[in-house]
Amino acid sequence: MIEKTLKGKPAYWIWLAFLGMFIAVGVACYARQYLFGLGMTGMSRDVSWGLYISQFTFLVGVAAGGVMLVLPYYVHDFKVFGKITILGEFLAIAAIVMCLLFIMADLGQPTRALNVVFHPTPSSMLFYDMIVLNGYLFLNILCGWVILTAERKQVHPPKWIYFFVYLSIPFAVSIHTVTAMLYCGLPGRHFWLSAIIAPRFLASAFAAGPALIIIACLILKRVANFDAGKKAMDKLVTIIMYAAILNTFFVLLEVFVGYYSNMPGHKHSIEYLFFGLEHHGHMYNNLVPFMWTSVVLNFGALGLFAWPYARKKNEFLLGLSCVMIFFALWIDKGLGFVFAGFVPNPLDEITEYIPTANELGITLGIWATGFLIVTLLYKIAVGVEHEIEE
Amino acid sequence: MDKQRRNFLKIAGVTALAGIGAPAFVRLSSASALASEQGAAEGHAAEAVHGAPVEAAPQGVRLGMVIDMRKITEQPELLDKAIAACIDAHNIPQFDNRKSEIKWLWKAPFANVFPVESSYHLAKDVKETDFAVLCNHCDNPPCVRACPTKATFRVKANGIVAMDFHRCIGCRFCMAACPYGARSFNWEDPRPYIKKYNKDFPSRMRGVVEKCNFCGERLALGQEPACVEACQGTGAIVFGDLNDAQSEIRQLLDKEFTIQRNAALGTKPSVFYIV
Repeated sequence: MIEKTLKGKPAYWIWLAFLGMFIAVGVACYARQYLFGLGMTGMSRDVSWGLYISQFTFLVGVAAGGVMLVLPYYVHDFKVFGKITILGEFLAIAAIVMCLLFIMADLGQPTRALNVVFHPTPSSMLFYDMIVLNGYLFLNILCGWVILTAERKQVHPPKWIYFFVYLSIPFAVSIHTVTAMLYCGLPGRHFWLSAIIAPRFLASAFAAGPALIIIACLILKRVANFDAGKKAMDKLVTIIMYAAILNTFFVLLEVFVGYYSNMPGHKHSIEYLFFGLEHHGHMYNNLVPFMWTSVVLNFGALGLFAWPYARKKNEFLLGLSCVMIFFALWIDKGLGFVFAGFVPNPLDEITEYIPTANELGITLGIWATGFLIVTLLYKIAVGVEHEIEE
Repeated sequence: MDKQRRNFLKIAGVTALAGIGAPAFVRLSSASALASEQGAAEGHAAEAVHGAPVEAAPQGVRLGMVIDMRKITEQPELLDKAIAACIDAHNIPQFDNRKSEIKWLWKAPFANVFPVESSYHLAKDVKETDFAVLCNHCDNPPCVRACPTKATFRVKANGIVAMDFHRCIGCRFCMAACPYGARSFNWEDPRPYIKKYNKDFPSRMRGVVEKCNFCGERLALGQEPACVEACQGTGAIVFGDLNDAQSEIRQLLDKEFTIQRNAALGTKPSVFYIV
């Protein structure tokens, strides 16, 4: 099936070259970082995790979002998703690869990464994260490939594969739960020390993942003559809406707890995110414009989803609302959540984080790698689909 | 320093040093150390819980420190001397930007060191004197729990939270986990920034985390921690075994009211402050 990636219209090759350019820049930037050290980034003693770990956190959600297709299709026999479930599985593969690349980019001593395997430490949440992330990657490659191969031959997939398909469902939940546990089990980091982090992560994941799949379907419809079907898209929108509403609800609960309890530790990070913190006469408010953009995009998208015309009759508005909700959640989780957890630091000082150009280059390079993988995998999936139709 | 005390430091140090180089050794010797800890906690000799007979419990050692801020208020230069001694002993690089800085022992105002305590109408002396800040060598350290490679670990024989710089992968999970901001990361090669090189202690490479080690390497030679030695004769920093009722530090703790940094987190810090 891999041969399907080797044939395509000029636009396909131009797109790959476009992504390749970013990847090349990313590789060059990484070489610089590798030779100099993580001092090439904007991270500091106080904000010791930056863009890499925040992207990782967000992308684990995108990967977990694929389960919103797998679960209805395989558990509830929701046939409408038959054509696009593979898109969810392939998206998960690309997202996990990005996650692993972001973790590698973030390590101070990347050549020692295998120490996590050589010296397994069950008390560390990173140990479990390694297991579930790699497990979920393996499950999606296995299930996606076996089922697509069967589809191509127009036979039923072998029965044993369903064990792995069902297994991938708790794995999808676990990857994001464990990722939440990286944060929510740390004493002294009040913004993260909240039992709602895992449910909130899952809710935003189940909105961001499917939103990306709708965007992909709309693009595939135009460039690859692949129609996911109106009913499938509509169901996905319903899933996104509920998930995004739940996420908004969870975030508002955090705001309530912070402000009503009036406990400084619970309030400061939220204040920093949305209004800025004043400290020794200086205003720290780097993230404020981002967070309000996220709020506007979030409610704007929910409004568009609720409007039947935009949701059902106008593909441009549908795509726009999906892009909006995706960006809203990316800002919320892919920027704000991680950075604000370090403000203020344990000594009640404030250091702001601003990524460097080199860091952005690596980040874009990894995103481009993810898009490249998605493109190639979707090319295969759509190619097989067309082959059957002929 | 009397002979008995020197011997104790030596014993504590040998195990500390062994711990730095080979956690496996610590694991071998942990059975008795753990048992004695339990005994100390419950106030009676440890009993064999897992069937195997345990030797008559040796004194379980948990190293700790009392910082007497009254003394430092009188002589603020003591803290500067202690910090300088620490920097010289451990090849701590001196960066001129805040972003890259590496700190083992440093100073900060009361309000920053104790953000959960009230600073409202603070006594003038307390407000104006900088406090010593260092790793708390917690009995229940969140950094050790978080580390995915056991590169940071609690030496069971003496309670020091130590680091293996050669195992650390630089994921900085421990830095997020430490509620005291005690850990630093080598964002770049630190060697060009070491002012005075001490060949008796390794310098670090870039990409690893480091922090105060309670001078495990000096204890092994029967010496006191560098900061304690720098304040010798003043009683500003007292170091010793928290589990030994006869130790100087315990007698001081029995006598004086002390506070610990954010003890509500359940980390059980081993550093105490007399304010």
